[in-house]
Amino acid sequence: MELYEGGCELKLLETLEGHSDRVWSLAWNPVTAAAGTPLVFASCSGDKTVRIWENTPSHSASWTCKAVLEDTHTRTVRSCAWSPSGKLLATASFDATTAIWENVGGDYECVSTLEGHENEVKSVSWNASGTLLATCGRDKSVWIWELQPGNEFECVSVLQGHTQDVKMVQWHPSTDVLFSCSYDNTIKVWAGDDDDWQCVQTLGEPNSGHSSTVWALSFNASGDKMVTCSDDLTLKIWETDNIQMHSGDGYAPWRHLCTLTGYHDRSIFSVHWSSEGIIASGAADDAIRFFVENRDGLVDGPTYKLLLKKEKAHDMDINSIQWSSGEKRLLASASDDGTIKIWELASL
Amino acid sequence: MVFELINANPVVYEKKERRARSAPSDYSDEYAAEPIDQQEVFDHVRDIKDPEHPYSLEELKVITEDAIEVDDMQSYVRVTFTPTVEHCSMATIIGLCLRVKLLRSLPSRYKVDIRVAPGSHASEASVNKQLNDKERVAAALENPNLVDMVDECLAPSYG
Repeated sequence: MELYEGGCELKLLETLEGHSDRVWSLAWNPVTAAAGTPLVFASCSGDKTVRIWENTPSHSASWTCKAVLEDTHTRTVRSCAWSPSGKLLATASFDATTAIWENVGGDYECVSTLEGHENEVKSVSWNASGTLLATCGRDKSVWIWELQPGNEFECVSVLQGHTQDVKMVQWHPSTDVLFSCSYDNTIKVWAGDDDDWQCVQTLGEPNSGHSSTVWALSFNASGDKMVTCSDDLTLKIWETDNIQMHSGDGYAPWRHLCTLTGYHDRSIFSVHWSSEGIIASGAADDAIRFFVENRDGLVDGPTYKLLLKKEKAHDMDINSIQWSSGEKRLLASASDDGTIKIWELASL
Repeated sequence: MVFELINANPVVYEKKERRARSAPSDYSDEYAAEPIDQQEVFDHVRDIKDPEHPYSLEELKVITEDAIEVDDMQSYVRVTFTPTVEHCSMATIIGLCLRVKLLRSLPSRYKVDIRVAPGSHASEASVNKQLNDKERVAAALENPNLVDMVDECLAPSYG
C-alpha cells in the first residue's frame, strides 16, 4: 500500500457544534462502520456532558447528535472509551468518578459508577477483551478494574509509581499490558494478572524519553510500535519485540526508535496511529499533522516524515484527534473552540 | 488558615501614569481591529490585586509593562511576573489570576504563556510547569474557593 504518491489533502466534511464548553476528548465506537451500520462516536466536554454522534446513513455527509449524557458527572468529563463490544461507554471525570453507560434501545443509562480516585480522573481504557478497565488521575495512581457480572466493577489493583499527575492510560491492543503517561515526563509499563500488577518498565529521560509532560500514546496496528506526544514539542516512536511479547511471558522491553523534533510549536495533546500506519497529531497551535514512515533509504532503521500539515484546523487548541476504524480515511478532532470536526484524508 | 503573611512588608511603587489611547485619525479604518500591543495587555493586568495585600500587581512591581511580550500577528502573549519574595507560595495564585484575566480579555485566538521571572522564585520550574498545564488550570478553576479568590483579585482590574 503506497500512500499518496500524487499528494493528498485533508478535506473538512463537517463541523459539529453542540457542546457549550471545550471538547476534551472523543472516541469512535469500534463496532460500527462494519457491515453497513452507521458510524458512531462519543465526545466529552468541560460542559459536564457526553454527546453521542451518529452518521445518518441516508445523508452520508450528515452527523447528528443522538444523545446527550448529562446530570451524572458534576464536573468536566475529560475522557471516554467504548468497550470492545461497543455496548458500554466509560467516561472519566474531574469529579473523581468514572461512569459506565449502556445503550438500552437508543437511550444511554448510567449502569455503574467507579469511585476511588482522590481527585480528577483523566483517562480510561478498556483492554482488548473488554474484561479489564484502567483509570488514572491527578492523585498519581493508576487503577485496574475487573468487569463482573451485571456490569459491576471490582478494583483489582491500585498502582503507585508515577510521581505526578497521570494524564493517560492505554492498554496494549493485543496483550494485557498497560501503559500510562504522566506530568512526571515518563511512560510506565505495567504487567501482571489477577490482583498482582507491577511496573515492569519506565521510559524516562535516561532512555531517550521526554523532557516534559507526556500527554498521550498510541500503538500501531501490530502493537510492536507506539508513538508518544509531549509538552516538550516532540513525538517519540518506541518499539518492542513482537515475538517475545506474545510468547507466554506477555511482556518485552520497549526501546526508543526515533524522535520527531521541529515540527510542532506548542504542546502536542493527542496522537493516534491509524490501522494503515499514518500518525495523526493534534496540538495547541490549532494544527493537525500527519506523519508516515520514510521508506526512502533505511540508514539506521526506519524514520518518519511529515506527510501533511493542516494549519488553523480549529480556531483554538486541538485536544483530541482520532481515526475512525472504518474503511475511509476518516478522522475526528475535538477543540477548545467547542467544536468537533470530521475530516477525510484524501488523495489529490 | 495561614495567619502570617508571606511578605508582611512589601515594597510599594508608584503607578505608572496611564496614557490615553489616541483615536485613529484615519476614519476609513474605523472598523479595522487595532493590533493588540504591550500597553493594552498591561492595562488588562496592572490593576489585579495582590492576593495578600491591598495593592495592585503594578504597585508591587510584580508585573511591569516591559515584562509583557506581544506578537499580535502570531496571536501570542508571554507575561513574566516577579513575585515579591523568592519563596512566595502565592506565585501560582498570581499566575492563575493573570491567566484568567487574559482569558477573559483577549480574543480567543491568543496563545498565552505565563512564567515567573528567571531567578525570582525558588521553585521556578515547578511553578511555570503548573501555570502552563492547561488541564491543571482548568481543574483548578472548577474549585469554587479558588475561583472566589481569583475573582476577588481581579475585581479592581475591570475598571
